[in-house]
Amino acid sequence: MIAFQHRVMIGLGVLGLVAPFVIYPIFLMKALCFALFAAAFNLLIGYVGLLSFGHAMFLGMAGYAAGHAAKIWGLPPELAILFGTSVAAALGLVVGAIAIRRQGIYFAMTTLALAQMVYFFCLQAPFTGGEDGIQAIPRGRLFGVVNLADTMTLYYVVLTIVAAGFLLLYRTIHSPFGQVLKAIRENEPRAISLGYRVDQYKLLAFVLSAALAGLAGATKAIVFQLASLTDVAWQMSGEVVLMTLLGGLGTVFGPIVGAFIVITLETYLAQMGSWVLVIQGVIFVVCVLTFRRGVVGELARLIRKPL
Amino acid sequence: MDFFGIPPQALFGQLLLGLINGAFYAMLSLGLAVIFGMLNIINFTHGAQYMMGAFAAYFLLQYGGLGYWWSLLLAPIIVGASGVVIERLMLRYLYKLDHLYGLLLTFGLALIIQGLFQNEFGSSGLPYRIPPELTGGQNLGFMFLPNYRAWVVGVSLAVCLATWFLIERTKLGSYLRAATENPALVQAFGINVPRMITLTYGFGVGLAAFAGVLAAPIYQVSPLMGSNLIIIVFAVVVIGGMGSIMGAIVTGFGLGVIEGLTKVFYPQASSTVIFVIMAIVLLIKPAGLFGRAR
Repeated sequence: MIAFQHRVMIGLGVLGLVAPFVIYPIFLMKALCFALFAAAFNLLIGYVGLLSFGHAMFLGMAGYAAGHAAKIWGLPPELAILFGTSVAAALGLVVGAIAIRRQGIYFAMTTLALAQMVYFFCLQAPFTGGEDGIQAIPRGRLFGVVNLADTMTLYYVVLTIVAAGFLLLYRTIHSPFGQVLKAIRENEPRAISLGYRVDQYKLLAFVLSAALAGLAGATKAIVFQLASLTDVAWQMSGEVVLMTLLGGLGTVFGPIVGAFIVITLETYLAQMGSWVLVIQGVIFVVCVLTFRRGVVGELARLIRKPL
Repeated sequence: MDFFGIPPQALFGQLLLGLINGAFYAMLSLGLAVIFGMLNIINFTHGAQYMMGAFAAYFLLQYGGLGYWWSLLLAPIIVGASGVVIERLMLRYLYKLDHLYGLLLTFGLALIIQGLFQNEFGSSGLPYRIPPELTGGQNLGFMFLPNYRAWVVGVSLAVCLATWFLIERTKLGSYLRAATENPALVQAFGINVPRMITLTYGFGVGLAAFAGVLAAPIYQVSPLMGSNLIIIVFAVVVIGGMGSIMGAIVTGFGLGVIEGLTKVFYPQASSTVIFVIMAIVLLIKPAGLFGRAR
């Protein structure tokens, strides 16, 4: 069973290695960053049963932090990304400690509201550049050696980062810790009665998810040399929910597939303005009413193997 | 006569603005609470339906020649009817599923509605006139009170209290409360619970549209008017807890006033103060100020 998932993963890895020779690498890097973002989000909704409606705050704040570190402090990209990730993890610790005090629907509303607070903070704080964002973030040289100005080099660096983040999530899901998370999702009172401190488990999962969302955001900021309000706005939080729902909640590969589909759609529909919103809304409605397993979930049911 | 170095005109002016915002928070969170009680769904479309109410008023005037007072009556009925259609076509298939799917579906609907309106009308606002009966204002000596704003605070308070009375003090309300507790048993007594659920959703949506009509002359009629408001209303709902109708009303008005005062004393925090209060309430009393622990 696990072996099958490993084979799929190796296949995806090979696909990732050859893809930039066929497909525009900038597009691939964008989709990869969002795939990691969605996978991090999926850890909460798919394996702990917590719907965070404010995950954009981690993506966006990490982007600002990494951009600030690289541009103003002149840190090399690896340290800038590390700094962005730590900021997201720290924010995740604070937000998580507040949000896990409520379950279900209230958890979703709380995270949404806290994310809106972060948005207003970013709108007013001096270091984010307000409406302009942080522009022209230098890509720099990785470890002082590898020049990231070259698109192909940058692509393989991004692929490595995203793969590492994804493997960490995969290991977490299949670890004893991940089993406890699933137990909490299935029946929280039972997990409590078995002696697990569910709040600590939830908080740790939340911080991990926030940190990896931050890793995605920091990487994205370095790749696109831009950190802006778009990445902290509630629409972005909705988008990551859409990607994961479309790909398949609680599946290992669903978020990746969902992110690629949504980013592809947005790239092709970019000129259509507000119709993008309408189409996203329609996908939401159709998914919830008829397609709750998502693309990968349905595929897994078809071939009777876990994906 | 200054309060902590703030001239009274500024203080009372912001207090009034706060009351008006609070009136909208109260009406919207009330609708959310009523819908959640019966349908177990958090209606993310609420902000979009509030916006639809304002647009309905605009259309009625533009194409039907019907003024403000007709809109106040007709817009909630029209938008409420659209809510009934949504409930019959979509929401009713979700009652047996996890609550989260209701949130996701209504979020999708909100995106569709907002996208369609934005496509048609852009993001800028359309003006809507204050009805002639309510122009002008009163000079209260310490401040100038525009008639329309006084009307908004008064009528929304009246609507909130009427809703409270309907649910807590009438026979229909007792059916409703019973169906919230145990729908199967109430159905066994011969009450058509599915129809009641449908009408409850229509009522909640109509309430949002009513608030939209009230808001049209104050804020402009714009496709974006509901999307940011709904997030604040969510915070209000988390603070108040959804167990109590009166709780929703008190929390809504109270938070509006607090927000208004923050604008006077520390304007930088005025956009975030409600969220900060929400965080504090969650740390001290996770079930919300008026909520029952579940």
